[in-house]
Amino acid sequence: MTVTFLLNGETVEVDAPPTRTLLEWLREDEDLCGTKEGCNEGDCGACTVMVTDDQGARALNACILFLPQLHGKAVRTVEGLSGPKGELHPVQKAMISHHGSQCGFCTPGFVMSMAVAHRNGATDHDDQLAGNLCRCTGYAPIIRAAQATQEQDVPEWVEDQPIDVAPQAFAPHTEDELAAWYEAHPEGTLIAGATDVGLLVTKQFRDLGEVAFLNKCAELKQITRSETEFTFGAGVTMTDVLEAVREDYPSYAEMIRRYGSVQVRNAATIGGNIANGSPIGDNPPALIALGATLKLRKGKARREMPIEDFFIDYGKQNRTLGEFVTGARVPLGQDALRCYKLSKRFDQDISAVCGCFNVRVEAGSVAEARIAFGGMAGIPKRASAVEAALVSKPWDRDTVEAAVSCFKDDFTPLTDMRASAAYRLEAAENMLRRYFAESSGASVNVLEVSP
Amino acid sequence: MSIAKPLPHDAAKLHVTGAARYIDDVPIPAGSLHLAFGLSEVARGQITSMDLSAVRAAEGVVEVLVADDLPFANDVSPSAHDEPLLSDGTVHYVGQPIFLVIAKGHLAARKAARLGKIEIEEETPILTVEEALAADSRFENGPRIWAKGDVVPALDAAPHRLTGSFELGGQEHFYLEGQAALALPQENGDMVVQSSTQHPTEIQHKVAEALGIPMHGVRCEVRRMGGGFGGKESQGNALAVACAVAARATGRACKMRYDRDDDMMITGKRHDFRIDYDVGFDADGSVHAVDFTQYTRCGWAMDLSLPVADRAMLHADNAYDLPAARITSHRLKTNTQSATAFRGFGGPQGVLGIERVMDAVAHELGLDPVAVRRRNYYPEMGAAAEADDLGAAAHVSDLGAAALEGDAPSPAGISAQKTGTTPYGMEVTDFILDGMTDALLVTSDYEVRRREIAAWNAQQTILKRGIAFSPVKFGISFTLTHLNQAGALVHVYQDGSIHLNHGGTEMGQGLFQKVAQVAASRFGVPLETVKITATDTGKVPNTSATAASSGSDLNGMAVMQACDVIRARMTEALALDAAVGADAVRFEDGEVHVGERVMSFAEAASFAYQSRVSLSATGFYKTPDLSWDRIKGQGRPFFYFAQGCAVTEVVIDTLTGENRILRADILHDAGASLNPALDIGQVEGGYVQGAGWLTTEELVWDDKGRLRTHAPSTYKIPACSDRPDVFNVALWDAPNPAQTIYRSKAVGEPPFMLGISAYLALSDAVGSCGPNYPDLQAPATAEEVLAAVRRTRG
Repeated sequence: MTVTFLLNGETVEVDAPPTRTLLEWLREDEDLCGTKEGCNEGDCGACTVMVTDDQGARALNACILFLPQLHGKAVRTVEGLSGPKGELHPVQKAMISHHGSQCGFCTPGFVMSMAVAHRNGATDHDDQLAGNLCRCTGYAPIIRAAQATQEQDVPEWVEDQPIDVAPQAFAPHTEDELAAWYEAHPEGTLIAGATDVGLLVTKQFRDLGEVAFLNKCAELKQITRSETEFTFGAGVTMTDVLEAVREDYPSYAEMIRRYGSVQVRNAATIGGNIANGSPIGDNPPALIALGATLKLRKGKARREMPIEDFFIDYGKQNRTLGEFVTGARVPLGQDALRCYKLSKRFDQDISAVCGCFNVRVEAGSVAEARIAFGGMAGIPKRASAVEAALVSKPWDRDTVEAAVSCFKDDFTPLTDMRASAAYRLEAAENMLRRYFAESSGASVNVLEVSP
Repeated sequence: MSIAKPLPHDAAKLHVTGAARYIDDVPIPAGSLHLAFGLSEVARGQITSMDLSAVRAAEGVVEVLVADDLPFANDVSPSAHDEPLLSDGTVHYVGQPIFLVIAKGHLAARKAARLGKIEIEEETPILTVEEALAADSRFENGPRIWAKGDVVPALDAAPHRLTGSFELGGQEHFYLEGQAALALPQENGDMVVQSSTQHPTEIQHKVAEALGIPMHGVRCEVRRMGGGFGGKESQGNALAVACAVAARATGRACKMRYDRDDDMMITGKRHDFRIDYDVGFDADGSVHAVDFTQYTRCGWAMDLSLPVADRAMLHADNAYDLPAARITSHRLKTNTQSATAFRGFGGPQGVLGIERVMDAVAHELGLDPVAVRRRNYYPEMGAAAEADDLGAAAHVSDLGAAALEGDAPSPAGISAQKTGTTPYGMEVTDFILDGMTDALLVTSDYEVRRREIAAWNAQQTILKRGIAFSPVKFGISFTLTHLNQAGALVHVYQDGSIHLNHGGTEMGQGLFQKVAQVAASRFGVPLETVKITATDTGKVPNTSATAASSGSDLNGMAVMQACDVIRARMTEALALDAAVGADAVRFEDGEVHVGERVMSFAEAASFAYQSRVSLSATGFYKTPDLSWDRIKGQGRPFFYFAQGCAVTEVVIDTLTGENRILRADILHDAGASLNPALDIGQVEGGYVQGAGWLTTEELVWDDKGRLRTHAPSTYKIPACSDRPDVFNVALWDAPNPAQTIYRSKAVGEPPFMLGISAYLALSDAVGSCGPNYPDLQAPATAEEVLAAVRRTRG
């Protein structure tokens, strides 16, 4: 595959195997060794680069970014962060003067994340840097450096723009093209953000066979909002989902913020997070609680289903060969939604339990309850028995306690490295108690406590 | 003077521009080859057959080596020669290297390494402390026991007594740069090795053994590591030896770096412990006697486990004068990764043991935990007059006069039982934690906040806060006394530029900059005059590992000595020429004053060269006043103690156990700091790393002995938002009474233990939920905190 993009301001044309990562290519072919490999799975941020397309500049992890994903974009690495005369970027200067580097290995990734945030005017530094791990500094001096630069001008040399390139066969531009391709290649692999598929390549050495890249397919990237619902294309990144739902569903937005780092959210798509069928994906429980509808397509045939019906069993989804997720319709007005993500670390961690609650109370009584969990079964799953114990009952402590006892009828969770089965069940039960307490105005979130 | 200035890290600009080279960034000769290990998937057993045909046939593979192919020593152990590079037929843990793939690319080697078909007759692995005790699977013949006083009668006679047992987990280093090495074959069978190692001499030594040549045939060079933390003290041996052997076999340069998952599966981690305690005390919290039993899981090979376990015993007292103490240490051999050095080297585990005891005693008596701790402190150093002599009072003004006033709890009088002597018979003469505690309690507003937190907790149903104080007193010196030596090599060129070399390695801690500051100060020149160069066994031989926080103490002194030798030679020649006394020659501000004459340092160097004066010198230093018998557990293993204290506030969720650090206040003793910016960096970073150890960082092995947390997706070191929201760090900038380089103190490891205050604050928050002692285990993950809430409520 021939891929054309800008690298530190220069046009490059690369004949690349479809699953060659940007990181490997930079380091092995271009001798650009400033970008580091820390984990090769998108969890440490040492390989962070700035990628600019028609949506602007974003930080991405080069280790799980395939070269074809860059077609027509502009890539800037740490080698291109300083100016043409060697003048340092403001974040580089600040990292020196605030002692933000010790061993220095994570530093190129940090300065690239900081430079993207700086270019975009973002000042929520903890969140902007959640995807960059540092083992030396304890982060304090890095944050001081980020704060010190936030008022400074963006150097012109980092203001890359995407370039015009010819369409490529490996990246369908319309949903029709994609549908035709996938029907003809039902064993092929669809690659959107590659945050999951990337690991199949870097860690499992899987041969993906024929691949199609989805990031040029404009229809899949659309977000529309009507009086009653959002419609998200499957290729909408989690960054864009977060922004879209921030006002209507702040609890869902906060869960998305924690679901993955900036670099991951910039790549990962809502369709990917649903279609891979993972029992620990965070979007499905929220979307189930919201009563979302999943949209699928095979060839010319389209169908829709309540999203919970998509998940049949572990590793098995309601999807035929050659059929793909095109998007989801998400109702508006579900003000009672709360999402509780439980993980060992708050940021950039996979959930042990993700519980999403949407209990509609009318005149003191439960009119409707939609409660769904990730991490509690082989699939994202509704707590049907718990819901049944709530519906038509008074919304009070007694009802909640009675419903809590039903969790064990709904779920038989597993023990793994993230949590024990007993803890998962107890935490799920307590999430209902938390939801009730929150609806009564109690403080329930340690992240909202200030020193 | 460049000393005491808050200068940036020497490579800061290289770091931020991506120009700093790590092993995997070094340009390699054309035709270089890349290596990967094939690993055992079984924890314990005997290899019955190996079919490596698919490995050999894989694309890009040049050669595959097994143990029988190794020409000389098949050993990468730093201690007991019990660690074969490649399995000798027995496998001891999941992740043990069995065969070595040599291929044309890194990815090709990794892919091929998965293709081995190894048949192993499995045996039941020994995984836990209990299984190891039952099987009597251990290093050394039996437990090591050190004692002070008669513990049993003292326990029996004490008015109060508590027993308990708790577990504390290990820790993955998670240096951001994984293990890496590059071997470049030379003429005549010699080998040059570039390694990401804290111990270049050990690399040289093991490579020489593996190649069957004297150490003079091997040169090891280390410019920098992307983090070490102890994880590169011995764990780099395997890669360097593999590269050297493969380079010898192929005649090509060979490079090896572990993929992150391989790194975590293969290499050792911090030792996990179970600690049992039995403590006797009186009604005011004064400890009469304590009996500790420390069980440590060492993993499959000895590595550095004996000195690690020793240091855990040596820190079982921490800051407390224990009238009677017994420490029993079991070093257990298990079928898991061979646990290794990690910042603190056993010290943190020992300290956590006694801090846990203090916490339990305070809870039992219903006393303020700070008061109980202070009641048991060692006697404060000297009288006021002596302190003035040492300048130890000078720091107070930095903290404001309030530091000595205020309404902080006053230190308890020194009880009659205090001995001022550690359980291993060393007199503690430099204890300064009373003064530091006074100051920190004021600056952190401890008393007021403690009351406010109690009031807040009374109003909250679900969230609870906690606050806790903890001190650290950490012994500085290698306990293997002969390691306390260092060498340096300094050249002054005729243009006045200075080439600096010493045995210490740079892993991010800023050692190179600190030592360069020393050299610049000795010659009175700007820092830019001094060229920092890679550690090189060809320049300074027989180096000790850069470990035990000793880097700047040892190498700073050695460099000072080398510089002073050259300076004295220059002085002599200049004084002779000007017909003045040596005392009329001064080196300052880049100039040399010779009587009334002033010349640049470069002119002085040029003059010395033309006068045929040697402008190159070695320096050597050995730490004085050490004597230690590790079998008896008696002596003076440490030159001095570095100290510090912290107050941490946390909040927990009693429904899920989720928890967070809200604020940390730290006062740390770096002596007269060589570079306060770098030292504060060590304190901030050490604290967060220590808090991570005790909270989110959980290593999980399954019942087959497979590590399930072998990547950052499953093993969670602190992220940016996990640092305290409010993070106040100050240095207690008083000169070290011991004669160290410019009276500074070692600072690498001690602040790590300040993270214990976060664990204690969690225990405090949990304790507000009910009447029982929380009995918090470590790491205090959300799951563990919730379990402790349940226990506390009873």
